Amino acid sequence: MKIKFFAILCFALGVSLTSCELDNFEAPESKLEGRIVYNGEPINVAYNEVNMQLWEPGWQLKSAINVSVDQDGSYSALLFNAPYKLVIQPFQGPFRSIKNEVTQSDTILVDLKGNQTLDIEVMPYYMIRNTQISKAGSDVTANFGLEKIITDVNAKDVENVTLYINKTMFVDRSNNIATKELNGADIMDMNNVSMSVTVPALNTAQNYVFARIGVRIAGVEDMLYSPIQKIQL
Amino acid sequence: MLLAGLVVGNSACNNDEFLDVEPNNILLEEDVWSDETLVTAVLGNLYGRFPDFQSIEGWWAFTDFDEAFASAQGDYYRHTNADYDYGSWGMWDYGYIREINMFIQKCEAATELAPDAKARFLAEARFIRAGVYFEHVKRMGGVPLILEPLTYDFSGDPSYLRHPRAKEHEIYDFVISELEELKGILPNTVGDKTRATKGSALAMQARAALYAGSIAKYGASTPAVSLPGGEVGIPADMATGYYQKALSAAQEIMTLGYSLYQKKPDLGENFASIFYDKANNPEAIWVEDFKLKTAKVHGFTIDNQPRYQSEEQQGGRLNPSLNLVQSFEKLDNTFAPLPIMDASGNLIHYANPADLFAGRDARLYGTVILPGTQFKGKEVDIWAGYMRPNGAIISSGNIGGQADINGDGKNEQVVGFSGPINGLEFTAQTGFYIRKYLDPAAGSGQIGTRSEVWWIRYRYAEVLLNAAEAAFELGQPEVAAGYMNQVRTRAGLTIPLTAADITFDRIVNERRVELAFEGHQLFDMKRWRLAHVVWNGNRMTISDLTTNIGKADKTSTMPFGMWPYKYLADPNNPSNNDWVFSIVLPSPVTTPDRFRLGNYYSRIGDDVVNNNPLIVRQPNQ
Repeated sequence: MKIKFFAILCFALGVSLTSCELDNFEAPESKLEGRIVYNGEPINVAYNEVNMQLWEPGWQLKSAINVSVDQDGSYSALLFNAPYKLVIQPFQGPFRSIKNEVTQSDTILVDLKGNQTLDIEVMPYYMIRNTQISKAGSDVTANFGLEKIITDVNAKDVENVTLYINKTMFVDRSNNIATKELNGADIMDMNNVSMSVTVPALNTAQNYVFARIGVRIAGVEDMLYSPIQKIQL
Repeated sequence: MLLAGLVVGNSACNNDEFLDVEPNNILLEEDVWSDETLVTAVLGNLYGRFPDFQSIEGWWAFTDFDEAFASAQGDYYRHTNADYDYGSWGMWDYGYIREINMFIQKCEAATELAPDAKARFLAEARFIRAGVYFEHVKRMGGVPLILEPLTYDFSGDPSYLRHPRAKEHEIYDFVISELEELKGILPNTVGDKTRATKGSALAMQARAALYAGSIAKYGASTPAVSLPGGEVGIPADMATGYYQKALSAAQEIMTLGYSLYQKKPDLGENFASIFYDKANNPEAIWVEDFKLKTAKVHGFTIDNQPRYQSEEQQGGRLNPSLNLVQSFEKLDNTFAPLPIMDASGNLIHYANPADLFAGRDARLYGTVILPGTQFKGKEVDIWAGYMRPNGAIISSGNIGGQADINGDGKNEQVVGFSGPINGLEFTAQTGFYIRKYLDPAAGSGQIGTRSEVWWIRYRYAEVLLNAAEAAFELGQPEVAAGYMNQVRTRAGLTIPLTAADITFDRIVNERRVELAFEGHQLFDMKRWRLAHVVWNGNRMTISDLTTNIGKADKTSTMPFGMWPYKYLADPNNPSNNDWVFSIVLPSPVTTPDRFRLGNYYSRIGDDVVNNNPLIVRQPNQ
């Protein structure tokens, strides 16, 4: 009797110990990456402002995987191999989604099998063209043009454009040390906008700043930016 | 043997009467529903769970926006993270709603209650239910409207319990029509502040109608914040009807016997007293009450009392911002930044620190503890240090810290015992402490005693401002001016506003200064669709702060402060020990607040949507 009981105990112990190994999940290892682009040109946005959602259908409980778009318009996500639905929510980003041919909606089907690169074409309201940012004395001067891409009923006006500079590589409306703003109504020539901002005294000495231009479009939450440039002082 | 035992055991089951004993440690349903005192206790539980987003039981929520800075180590994150989570301020409390519905069902079925008592109980429960749906719709937009307790029949298919979200205006309509019915049932007892009365029903109705009206009107400016099914957003053509309802409900309250609190000659102290004087207060309409020596006490005064002469080794957490302080008007009805510098950039000297704030709205004194004023009859000792004529600062990193300022080898105090010291919790890091809701009673700042100051959910001044706003939106600025002037006169602004003076900016600012720290700001900014404009994530400079004061759409994303310094000229100079001021941004404030369009209606959790696929998700999230 006693021996039998001991045997059962051993068996149970054995089962419970080995089962630990079986419980471990594999880590996701397929990388989905790409950029938000217009005609192949990336659309620059602010850090953590624009998000996409990935949904994996077929499960009983649904929950979106949020994918944040980086400052240079790129994104990446580490995922399991599976079919996903990629959605950029309406009113996200300074652009409109293009209707997908396959789904006839703004949803993009992504069948992930190993690493994949996927650039997402969208229709921006504007593109910042010919950006030149340079140092002029104690100022940082920017010259650029604004091209209106959406010109139909969905067209929107420029509310304002702003030149931002910051000490770090994160440059946007909430991360900056100096700004210069110009109202959209005061822009004379959309193809040739010029503005400059004085570099303030930097707390810890460094001989460079980062600069970029931001465009606020009337009625659109997220701003459009130019690529970040490092300016030697 | 075993067999015998089994037989005994079996036979005992045949006679189970002995199991049927009256319990003496719990109350049974029939006991409760035949005794008015016990029903009142059940109702008291429902009242006690009524939700508030910001209240004196959670000082930290007041620091989430631009009204105040959180001077406490664990709460600096409120000023260092940019975005509000989409789930912030969310509510999905169908457990509470179910219990209210069960109360109503059982009360209706009760046979042994006196008819008038039963009618009042039922009306009170429906008042709470209307209030809870109002709290839901403020945060979530349309929610499923469940008016009876839902019960699962264990058939294996719970899908019949799924209900879709109602339209946003349907919830507001429900709240308004319930309260319309209840105002005739509930007693008109002005002295009863804690239980539902005719006055509280009408006050809630006026506020709900005003909210619905402004969402209908100002929602047009944010078309993205809507859902095609109407779960979020109210059609613009419904605005006028809601504004009319808000105005008529508010006007009915004016006939009930409430009035503005005007007991004390000092207007600033009078304003502060509204919130702690519980004896015959004619202004409070519906409150959550507290009582010393019971479990129902709170620690708002412990948390926020001035650090100097505090009754505990803590306090001073809630620091009103300069953004708020400078919104209080001058007595000539104009807005101006606090004058700290003359036109040529020289610091203006003052004999006393409080002189900087002289000639302003008395509500400033009643809302904020200013440098150079007192609390509980004691100095608050807020000053940041000495400033030399060349601008050099002498200060210390400890409260009341000392240093040798004149080279005589002796140390003097160089900073106030309440700070401000940058980054040191509990000091007045904006240069201000809160006065509103602080309890002047002895012992209120002690952990062993705590405070019994009440939390006013509805008061008469808000009713007047609701009426003023509704009248303004209905194109009756002279009516609006009349109501606003009543509130302003009590605050010492005796030059009346004329009909032409009443603008949307005025309406917004009047609510900002009168109702600061009363839980209105977030919901006001949401219904005016101003939240994403004012908290737009733009970094602020001092010139952004001091311009456009009193404008409704002024950017206000970071809480600034104003620090007083003693001026240290040589001892024979008459300006020695004058007071000068400088504007500061407390160092924990690193990131501007950004309210995204997806924050207008709080996120509905995935668990809710998974359980009930009929639930439509919120827009922009």
